[in-house]
Amino acid sequence: MFYRTARRLPDSYSAQLSIIGRNEDRIIAALTLLAVLTLPQFASPYFLKALLIPFLILSIAAIGLNLLMGYAGQPSLGSGAFMAVGAYTAYKLATNVPEIPIVVDFAIAGVMAAGVGIVFGLPSLRMRAFYLAIATLAIQFFIEWLFSKVAWFWNDHPSGVVSIPQFSVFGIPIDTPQKEFYLIGIIVALMTILALNLTRSHIGRQWMAVRDNETAARLMGISVRRAKLSAFAISSFYCGVAGALWAFVYLKTLGITSYSIDVSFKIMFMIVIGGVGTIGGSFIGTAFVLLVPIFLSTVASALSLPISTGSIASMEQMIFGLLIVYFVIVEPQGIVRIVRNFHQKLVSWPLNVGR
Amino acid sequence: MNMLPTIRTGRGRSDSQVIVVENVSLRFGGLAALTNVSLDVREGEIYSIIGPNGAGKTSLLNCINGFYTPTSGRITLGGDEIARLSPATIARSGLSRTFQNLALFKALSTIDNLLLGRNLKMRTNFLQAAVFLGPTKREEVKHRAAVEEIVHFLQLEAVRDEPVGQLPYGTQKRIEFGRALASEPKIILLDEPMAGMTQREKMEMCDFIRSANEMLNVTFVLIEHDIGVIMGLSDRIAVLDRGLRIAEGTPREIAADPAVISAYLGVEH
Repeated sequence: MFYRTARRLPDSYSAQLSIIGRNEDRIIAALTLLAVLTLPQFASPYFLKALLIPFLILSIAAIGLNLLMGYAGQPSLGSGAFMAVGAYTAYKLATNVPEIPIVVDFAIAGVMAAGVGIVFGLPSLRMRAFYLAIATLAIQFFIEWLFSKVAWFWNDHPSGVVSIPQFSVFGIPIDTPQKEFYLIGIIVALMTILALNLTRSHIGRQWMAVRDNETAARLMGISVRRAKLSAFAISSFYCGVAGALWAFVYLKTLGITSYSIDVSFKIMFMIVIGGVGTIGGSFIGTAFVLLVPIFLSTVASALSLPISTGSIASMEQMIFGLLIVYFVIVEPQGIVRIVRNFHQKLVSWPLNVGR
Repeated sequence: MNMLPTIRTGRGRSDSQVIVVENVSLRFGGLAALTNVSLDVREGEIYSIIGPNGAGKTSLLNCINGFYTPTSGRITLGGDEIARLSPATIARSGLSRTFQNLALFKALSTIDNLLLGRNLKMRTNFLQAAVFLGPTKREEVKHRAAVEEIVHFLQLEAVRDEPVGQLPYGTQKRIEFGRALASEPKIILLDEPMAGMTQREKMEMCDFIRSANEMLNVTFVLIEHDIGVIMGLSDRIAVLDRGLRIAEGTPREIAADPAVISAYLGVEH
């Protein structure tokens, strides 16, 4: 039978450490992967370019913030700023040092963002919760100011918004939505696995210990400072890479307005709705925040209501806001909890073992 | 860890002192929490600190494990001065503790809490953790096996994967004890390990403390209010009152000590 536990409990500790425990789930995961891999063959370029690619890129940023806020317990409203640091670093490298392969540029963009993240993570050693979130706002405003005032960052171009040069990866020019999708897909897969590994190792456990009880964490020999700053670094690395991809693959242009405070808030919504402290929740939340507005506007236009487009747009916003409130009240642990509860029901059926 | 019961006389108690507190005073502004307190804990014994509320018992534990730095006086651990070291450094030299009001990682499972007790033994670095396969996985499996013995020892099997924040108070106390044991310490400081427990839970806890003491040769320093428990469990007892150590001795000596009786029951006027 599906999802029975009888006689199928893990029989070694290493089996318990696997990311996907049950065979059924492995099959589902494999089928999903296969579907995703073949998707570009029949999905429309619009679907790829306007939905999947931004979804995947923002998922990276959401994972990044989730590592920091969900696992290490340090809220941050600077995700947009770290994305900007990554984007401008990659742009400067790609235009001034074209010899470096673009993938390396993306990695350096992440490292640069990580460096900035460590510096701006320093307030976390003294501040907590809301106060820290306010302190991270400073990063956001500082970076926005920096990248709108200092023209060196966009090679002194007269307009503040510059176009991104065409690029190729390992000699393959990335010029079609299909190729873009595969490039992003590989990067997302790699970064997801790295995040899962960090969170199931002692590094992730140290982050969670600092989140739950700093005094006890210190007593376990955990350096709270190192844990917090490393979480800031890793999180900013993810945001930096996401920011570079956002400019290079999705927008094809670079301007600071694409990395405003709105983006920071949006990424925070994603993880709160999806599930704080879970990698899977980052994906679910990103999909929710990106897809629901599109779905709502499709429904609105399909209904062809006799209302002005302006009020339809604001109604969409209101419904979206209501949905967020609904999910946060019904499931404070995020949509991922609903998925897990369903999973739990499958396992315990016909008994009703609710948790 | 050998789970077979051993006979109590087989205990490796000796006269060598593992913790020596010498003339320790602790002041917060004008308030004297501890005044010239001296005591010594010998290897392998169960040493209890008792006293009325506000006597300075927890302050003394906080001084020993490094949360507080004494205003004056010396504390040595196995001969080394530790009064000015950080809690983490002291933990590294084999001393762990539990707290009066629990200091567990509430959202984490029992297993994760116990594994964090072994955090100091985990040596793989960031990159190895990101790759996971190989050294980090081997390390996780190894420590998981060690922690599983504590789960067995403290009978925590049923709550192995539960987030500890939702478990009954007595169970949480047991998990915190387990986390202190997990680091394989030489000495454990227990701050009211049986507070708020039922009689049955107290009995079980006494058994666990005694077993760890006998089989693993862990030295215990504990604060407890239940005099019945204290008298039965301890090898020696120190009595604090208003920051002063007013008595030290075996349970029998303490029970007969006039200073202790007056501190607890008041003096005849």
